[in-house]
Amino acid sequence: MRKVYTRVIQIAGNVITVSASGVANGELAEVYSQRGTSLAQVIRIQSDRVALQVFAGARGIATNDEVRFLGHEMRVSFSADLLGRVFDGSGVPRDRGPALSGNWTEIGGPSVNPAKRIIPRHMVRTGIPMIDVFNTLVESQKLPIFSVAGEPYNELLARIAMQAEVDVIVFGGMGLKYDDYLYFRDTFDTQGALVRCVMFVHTAADPVVECLLVPDMCLAVAEKFALEGKRVLALLTDMTNFADAMKEIAITMEQVPSNRGYPGDLYSKLAARYEKAVDFDGAGSITILAVTTMPGDDVTHPVPDNTGYITEGQFYLRNGRIEPFGSLSRLKQQVNGKTRDDHRTIMNTMIQLYAACRETQEKQAMGFQMSAWDTKLLKYGGLFEQRMMTLSVNIPLERALDECWNILAECFEKSEVSIKAGMLDEYWPEKSRPAGGSAA
Amino acid sequence: MTSKPGRIVAINGNMITVQFDDHVIQNEVAFAVLGDQRLKSEVIRVRGMQADLQVFEETNGLRVNDAVEFAGNLLSVELGPGLLTQVFDGLQNPLPRLAEECGFFLKRGTYLKALSRETQWEFTPLVKQGDTVRAGSWLGSVPEGIFEHKIMAPFDLAGAWTVTSIVDKGACTVDSPVAVIASADGRTREVAMVQEWPVKIAIDAYAERQRPVEPLTTKCRIIDTFFPISRGGTYCIPGPFGAGKTVLQQVTSRYADVDIVIIAACGERAGEVVETLREFPHLEDPRTGRTLMERTVIICNTSSMPVAAREASVYTAVTIGEYYRQMGLNVLLLADSTSRWAQALREMSGRLEEIPGEEAFPAYLESRIASFYERAGAVKLHGGASGSLTIGGTVSPAGGNFEEPVTQATLKVVGAFHGLSRERSDARRYPAINPLESWSKYPNAIDEEAVQFARVMLMRGSEVNQMMKVVGEEGTSVDDFVAYLKAEFLDAVYLQQDAFDTVDAATPLERQQYVFAKVSEVLRTHFDLKEKDAARRFFLELTQLFKTWNPAEWESDDFKRIEQQINARIA
Repeated sequence: MRKVYTRVIQIAGNVITVSASGVANGELAEVYSQRGTSLAQVIRIQSDRVALQVFAGARGIATNDEVRFLGHEMRVSFSADLLGRVFDGSGVPRDRGPALSGNWTEIGGPSVNPAKRIIPRHMVRTGIPMIDVFNTLVESQKLPIFSVAGEPYNELLARIAMQAEVDVIVFGGMGLKYDDYLYFRDTFDTQGALVRCVMFVHTAADPVVECLLVPDMCLAVAEKFALEGKRVLALLTDMTNFADAMKEIAITMEQVPSNRGYPGDLYSKLAARYEKAVDFDGAGSITILAVTTMPGDDVTHPVPDNTGYITEGQFYLRNGRIEPFGSLSRLKQQVNGKTRDDHRTIMNTMIQLYAACRETQEKQAMGFQMSAWDTKLLKYGGLFEQRMMTLSVNIPLERALDECWNILAECFEKSEVSIKAGMLDEYWPEKSRPAGGSAA
Repeated sequence: MTSKPGRIVAINGNMITVQFDDHVIQNEVAFAVLGDQRLKSEVIRVRGMQADLQVFEETNGLRVNDAVEFAGNLLSVELGPGLLTQVFDGLQNPLPRLAEECGFFLKRGTYLKALSRETQWEFTPLVKQGDTVRAGSWLGSVPEGIFEHKIMAPFDLAGAWTVTSIVDKGACTVDSPVAVIASADGRTREVAMVQEWPVKIAIDAYAERQRPVEPLTTKCRIIDTFFPISRGGTYCIPGPFGAGKTVLQQVTSRYADVDIVIIAACGERAGEVVETLREFPHLEDPRTGRTLMERTVIICNTSSMPVAAREASVYTAVTIGEYYRQMGLNVLLLADSTSRWAQALREMSGRLEEIPGEEAFPAYLESRIASFYERAGAVKLHGGASGSLTIGGTVSPAGGNFEEPVTQATLKVVGAFHGLSRERSDARRYPAINPLESWSKYPNAIDEEAVQFARVMLMRGSEVNQMMKVVGEEGTSVDDFVAYLKAEFLDAVYLQQDAFDTVDAATPLERQQYVFAKVSEVLRTHFDLKEKDAARRFFLELTQLFKTWNPAEWESDDFKRIEQQINARIA
């Protein structure tokens, strides 16, 4: 029989303080108020003063409401039945399915022993040339999409999820607009991916505390699947909302803010989530693809800045395209030497030429004279943007590489692209060949 | 060790407040008892009969009134043969053995001995009965891989002691006593091969510190030629994310001309440690012909591991470094990244509700950083040998802005500054060390006057480049344009280095001197170039020649052939 406490001595924001004894740090409690029952979690104890963050928010809680401690931490039930289901941040079904029960696993578990990790070695094919060719996504990578509000980042995320060859998709939505939630659900449903997908969704209208739980719920489930040998793709959108939720709680708890109001442990908190990405030595893997919206397109804002130090690169989404500059996949070297022998050469050549084209564009904008070489570069830039950068382009890696050769051949002479002779002989398309048809 | 009891009165994140009955020591180790687990913690503040402890683990599940046992000693590491080739966490738990015991995940409350108790080491005495010894004296040695690992008298000995007995040559384990020593006033002490030392106190059992003047070759051209480091010196590498800090550290850990490398991965990605972990056992150390792992110790407290242990990890690393320095070896400690360590200090300071300094970092940030880097140094030992500990730390400034507190506090105390810039890394000019902003106070192994000339050239080239952005190429004189091309040439063929090319990745000092002389010759020569296009073509071709020269094996036929082509071009 668990003791019931009825003395709430402080309510501040979504944090209530009750007078209680024998309570463990991190323990869950149920709060019964006139608005219904909500879960709450212990976040600080000072002798008999126990501070709890209430998942459903403190609004409507009376100072004499009942609080009952459950004797366990936040946990999630795990089984293959999760596939195809949708839950909210505290694990309550959002679909009409049954509630979670049995086979509980605690969330926010310990970190993986680095000695049990292996060097990532498998490419994740997405069908997007700007990713496959230039910044290859690698299994077990953690990679955010940096973007400003208004960019089609959720569409991009959904598309990568649909096309990536993985066994299980775990989706975590934080502060999603309800429309966006429906968009993801319908996309997964119509493309038949819902059956290998688990969704934890916190919408913008839901209580803030639940937002904090979403990544941990997702990653705990993902970890379980990975330990069963599955290749898991975890999608987290939008991590900036997660960071803002942390900020809100930290300020309520009267913590000293460090940078623009964010708590000093922002880096550690984000890292604890992102570092769940792993390739287990002798089991499956977790790849994390997240969205980080940058307030005011400012990459030095604390959230993208800290994220950049944690993740293994980033995709920079701007004007509906993945920018070749600023985007980076730190792990691409692990895989792009094993795809096709011209992959690295093409990647470097195309980017160098595009960089030269950007410089020319600047020169043009300032009214300097255009040389013949400049004109070629401008033509090249146009083709590159149209056939490679446009997000709607959807072709496998090999065709994208062929297409790159075609673009080069259309704009330049063989001698102008500074590629080794051997490779030119093998891949340089003859003018008469139709586009996209060169031999591999 | 006495175990004094206390009990928890408050829990806030990874900080607990403990009511104690007897006495506590500042920085004393304590264990919070949680069922059958004992969570390691450290006293960081005492107020009346209450002590604040930072817990090196997650505190979930702890309750008020739970017992806390004080251990009576400060946070310490084990020092003895068998440290090399190991991978430890911040508290010196051997990670591979932890994995054998606990599986995929780190299990809190599990602490293993850092050194194997079973391994037999072949001990050879270096002193005999009746000899006088003091702290740090070499009593004997055991072979540890490629090194003669010295077994030393405890570092906390005061004054001169006499050896009353010493074991004969033979195999023994780290625990078994190898000597008995006696002090002048009749106290005796058994000495084993393993000894413990508190990590936050520097080992100073040497005769004197010396000025760091002997160059430490990293085989990275821009560092050795332009911004050199010395054995026993300190340097820092600040840079925004993606600028190549970690690659630079990895390359240094491979090629640096030192005996022992200690890698402290402090609050960074686990994946990067995994690369070192899995690759080093297969990479050959060109100096010894053995694998790189045999000269390496990895201390790895990655970003998702508990924060308080992150704070401890840099001290663990530096203490092990000091230990090997006492054997007369040259040690290089690479800490990646000191910003994460500073953030760990900040998190704790916040929990202690201390008055925050700039960007909420604690007011003692500067003195902590200074005292950490000051543990580096070249020293002369009592026995006459000398050793050194060099510290190189990366800094990850928020937003890539060097004006922030950690970078500034670090710059005050280091001897060399290798600032990485976003512009250079975006332009794929690696290593992205900014040649105009970086500096070094250490002596140069390469012709100082020529380096100075090259520096001026770089400055001039940068000025012309700025000017051209405004007036265009057509508004620039041919002389200025050639100066710009020369600076670009120097950058492309000498400052940039391909870390992935087997030859180019490491340029030995001898080759640097040779190649730099050639590059200087180009910079000093006045070429008769009438127009810009011709000038551009000329330097493009020259650049291309040098670029094929760099990956050519030193003094190979290829090397000589290309050199002749270069000579013909600049004659």
